[in-house]
Amino acid sequence: MVETSVICIPFLPNVNKTFANAHPVWKGVRVVRQRLVFRKPSGTSPLNSYLNEVIPTAVATYNLKINGKIRRVDTDPATPMLWVLRDHLDLQGTKYGCGIAQCGACTVHLNGTAVRSCQLPVSAVGSQPVTTIEGLSAKGDHPVQKAWLEHDVAQCGYCQAGQIMSAASLLKTNPNPSDADIDASMSGNICRCGTYLRIKEAIKSVARK
Amino acid sequence: MNNSKTTQNRRSFLKASLLSGGGMMLSVSWLSSFKPADKMQALNLPEQWTQLNGYIQITADNGVKLLCPNPEFGQNVMTSLPMIVAEELDVDWKNVVVEMGPYDNTKLGPQFTGGSNSIRMYWKPLREAGAAARHLLREAAAQTWKVPVGEVTTQAGVLLHSSGKSAKYGEMAGKAATLAVPKDLKLKAPRDFAIVRKSKKNVEGQKIVTGKPLFGLDYRADGMLIAMIQHPPAFGLKLKSFDAAQALKMPGIKAIFSLKLYEDGFEQGGFDTRTFNDLLVVVGKTTWEVMNARKKLLAQWEPIGDTKDTMAGRGGKREVVVPGGLESTSAQLEKMQAYAQKPAQQLRKDGDPETAFKNAAQVIERTYNAPFLAHNCMEPMNFFAHVTDEKALLVGPLQAPGWIEPTLSKILNLPADKIDIQMTRMGGGFGRRAYGHYLTEAALISRHAKAPIKLIYTREDDMTYGIYRPMYTATYRAALDANKNLIGFHVIGGGIPEHAIHANRFPAGAVENYLAEGWQIPSNITIGAFRAPRSNFNAAAEQSFLDEVAEAMGKDPIAFRLELLKRAKENPVGKNNEYDPDRYAGVLTLVRDKSGWNKPGNEKYHRGVAAYFCHNSYAAHVVDMVTRDGQPYVDRVFSAMDCGIVVNPDAATNMVQGAVVDGIGNALYGALTHKNGAAEQSNFHTYRIIRHNEAPKQIEVHFVENDLDPTGLGEPPFPPVFGAVANALYKNKGKRFYNQPFQPEMDKRI
Repeated sequence: MVETSVICIPFLPNVNKTFANAHPVWKGVRVVRQRLVFRKPSGTSPLNSYLNEVIPTAVATYNLKINGKIRRVDTDPATPMLWVLRDHLDLQGTKYGCGIAQCGACTVHLNGTAVRSCQLPVSAVGSQPVTTIEGLSAKGDHPVQKAWLEHDVAQCGYCQAGQIMSAASLLKTNPNPSDADIDASMSGNICRCGTYLRIKEAIKSVARK
Repeated sequence: MNNSKTTQNRRSFLKASLLSGGGMMLSVSWLSSFKPADKMQALNLPEQWTQLNGYIQITADNGVKLLCPNPEFGQNVMTSLPMIVAEELDVDWKNVVVEMGPYDNTKLGPQFTGGSNSIRMYWKPLREAGAAARHLLREAAAQTWKVPVGEVTTQAGVLLHSSGKSAKYGEMAGKAATLAVPKDLKLKAPRDFAIVRKSKKNVEGQKIVTGKPLFGLDYRADGMLIAMIQHPPAFGLKLKSFDAAQALKMPGIKAIFSLKLYEDGFEQGGFDTRTFNDLLVVVGKTTWEVMNARKKLLAQWEPIGDTKDTMAGRGGKREVVVPGGLESTSAQLEKMQAYAQKPAQQLRKDGDPETAFKNAAQVIERTYNAPFLAHNCMEPMNFFAHVTDEKALLVGPLQAPGWIEPTLSKILNLPADKIDIQMTRMGGGFGRRAYGHYLTEAALISRHAKAPIKLIYTREDDMTYGIYRPMYTATYRAALDANKNLIGFHVIGGGIPEHAIHANRFPAGAVENYLAEGWQIPSNITIGAFRAPRSNFNAAAEQSFLDEVAEAMGKDPIAFRLELLKRAKENPVGKNNEYDPDRYAGVLTLVRDKSGWNKPGNEKYHRGVAAYFCHNSYAAHVVDMVTRDGQPYVDRVFSAMDCGIVVNPDAATNMVQGAVVDGIGNALYGALTHKNGAAEQSNFHTYRIIRHNEAPKQIEVHFVENDLDPTGLGEPPFPPVFGAVANALYKNKGKRFYNQPFQPEMDKRI
């Protein structure tokens, strides 16, 4: 297992062949394509169709810095942070949408930068602070959260935590983003309800303030 | 004021009671307010409604709690339905707290989200619920103050009398709870609305932006285990045998077993559709552990062959043959072409279309195709279940609990009152969650595992074992005479496994000689309602075809449609025309004016227009396309809607904007294809969803202003987007595209 300060994206053979790379999905996020612990699919089972296998190793203990608190987790080192947050720490704000870093619903901040927690193994986090939607602000009044309410962005609302985390990360490094900057940073976050226009307006309203 | 009367014995239906804190709880039932919908479209909705109760709670300190009857999936009913109650109750919206109501058809009405029906169905009952409560409060004040009730007025939660007496609702709530129900209710005139028609923010907005656990996937219970189903790798296969030895050794795994969802001969209701009947189940401690163990399962699959489904029907049960075989998209397309040549079922005929086409100076014929679509709700299918021999608790995202409860009751052998279904906020629905099989699956798994479990579909499960939008085709023909008049119109539609034709919709009624026909090919790939079922294909094909016909006639596409609508109004052809030509023309003229159609200043855009009527509302769009980096993009959209009174304007605008984005995305990119029964797209790396950079920069939404009772908005704006995109694309590329999705079609031609 290699420790890295940025998101790990496993090799998905199909990704390179399809439209995904033609889109600026990755631009807003520092991405390193890094092999996790893989081995060839075993046996002749037709079930090994989607993803490479991750071999669970012995359970290890991690003391993670989540939303400013140290949280102890005992789990398999390959466990994605998404499931550590949701299943082990009961932080349900970070959403599962695709599990392959294609939809952005699971976006959290690692060292203040947006990453896809579904592809971030717990063992790669180390002492780096993780911020989830629950910890973005103490009172739910981060400028991006306020802008989201002001523009009444949400429809179903499922993707919005991820959208907000991506937007907050963008605005931190680029306080006055252009339309193209917003597209580049936000295109990794899918909204099936189609609230993109309001998201863009909300981000711009924060930039104006 | 509108008088509203109900015919039921009010005493038995209105129950007001004291809350322990001294406030009032009013539950009002309004059976007669529920007009069985005039004509149900698209979904097989039940013909009879049960009674509705609006629940209103007023506390002593003037807090108001309103329960939302219908599940929320982003259409904003948790805000807009309570707004209707609050309007007639006359309370300060700031003091209103909204909660999702429990599932209880006897008290809260039909409680389903679908068919763009929430606002339309609940408009009158909820107004009456609010007005009745307000009347009781006035009556209580009148008795206390010893003045005629007619002299007691209200203002935002305060009761007033000209003598200067005043009281908060909360002070009179206790007494009001003991009073009898009024015989007649006076409802507000639309001009007096103070809450309805004024934009209110999403009542769950703060919870959404702070990541509160609102969704089914967020629900947790003590001792809860995670369950996943390993489905066959393709439609047409079933489980032959499995070896769980390796998987069982994986950490956290509690049980692996197979189950049958429906026993042989089980009478399925219209919404009991499921992808597979044999379920291979893995139960374990955490999601990640179950995901990993599932990969270690060794399973063997075998062809399922032709099977029979037993369907419950109004006229008794019937057997439906589901063909076996491993289907592929390429073969399906060929099969559809062959079927299109065969005689079809006549759906509507006006005049003498055969002669019209024989005598035509010019016949335009075009064929349109569209693929299966996966709903791809951002929150994959999931449900919590805790089932014991005595009772069942089920919690999760569901559009229509009332459609699944009878199924559960039969399968679990539990009476309905021992089944508690709780509705969470849904991370999208689009019709998918009207099919509650995943809830039944969860219930059976819990019963078998003897544990509270949450069944989770991974994204791959969700996409590849869906209940899809069917695959459609339609051939349209127009007959023009020597003077380029439209003298005949013919549509023959087909699909796998159903056609999309709405035979009584525009342009039926506007053309002298008209013929609509349909055919269908059975399939084992499961289909169901998808945002504006059938309409979402018709509006693409027909509105694209009308554009081409207008061009052949040398007419402006909007002017041409308005001419047809004028004919349909002044001298309608045939019977049962489903649309109102005036309202249809209304959205077209509104979008024409707002978009500056044919006006200078829009030269840089390639413009396409389309309009459609479905689910009781009217929609028209003008789509403005530009070329960026060699690709066509929709840069700007103008939308015009007529859905009667707009309850919550900003949220309604959001809904239309979202439908526009969804329409553009599906028209350009949406497709689910199969090879040997297996879906070729399994996640968002291969199933393309519209993203930020592909969405329009501006979507201007305009509503026709009238005082008509409101109709729905979730579906109606969606279908015509496809047609408008197709027509704009023609202007952009200089050629017509007939096969959805258009983007790969374009790429193929480059």
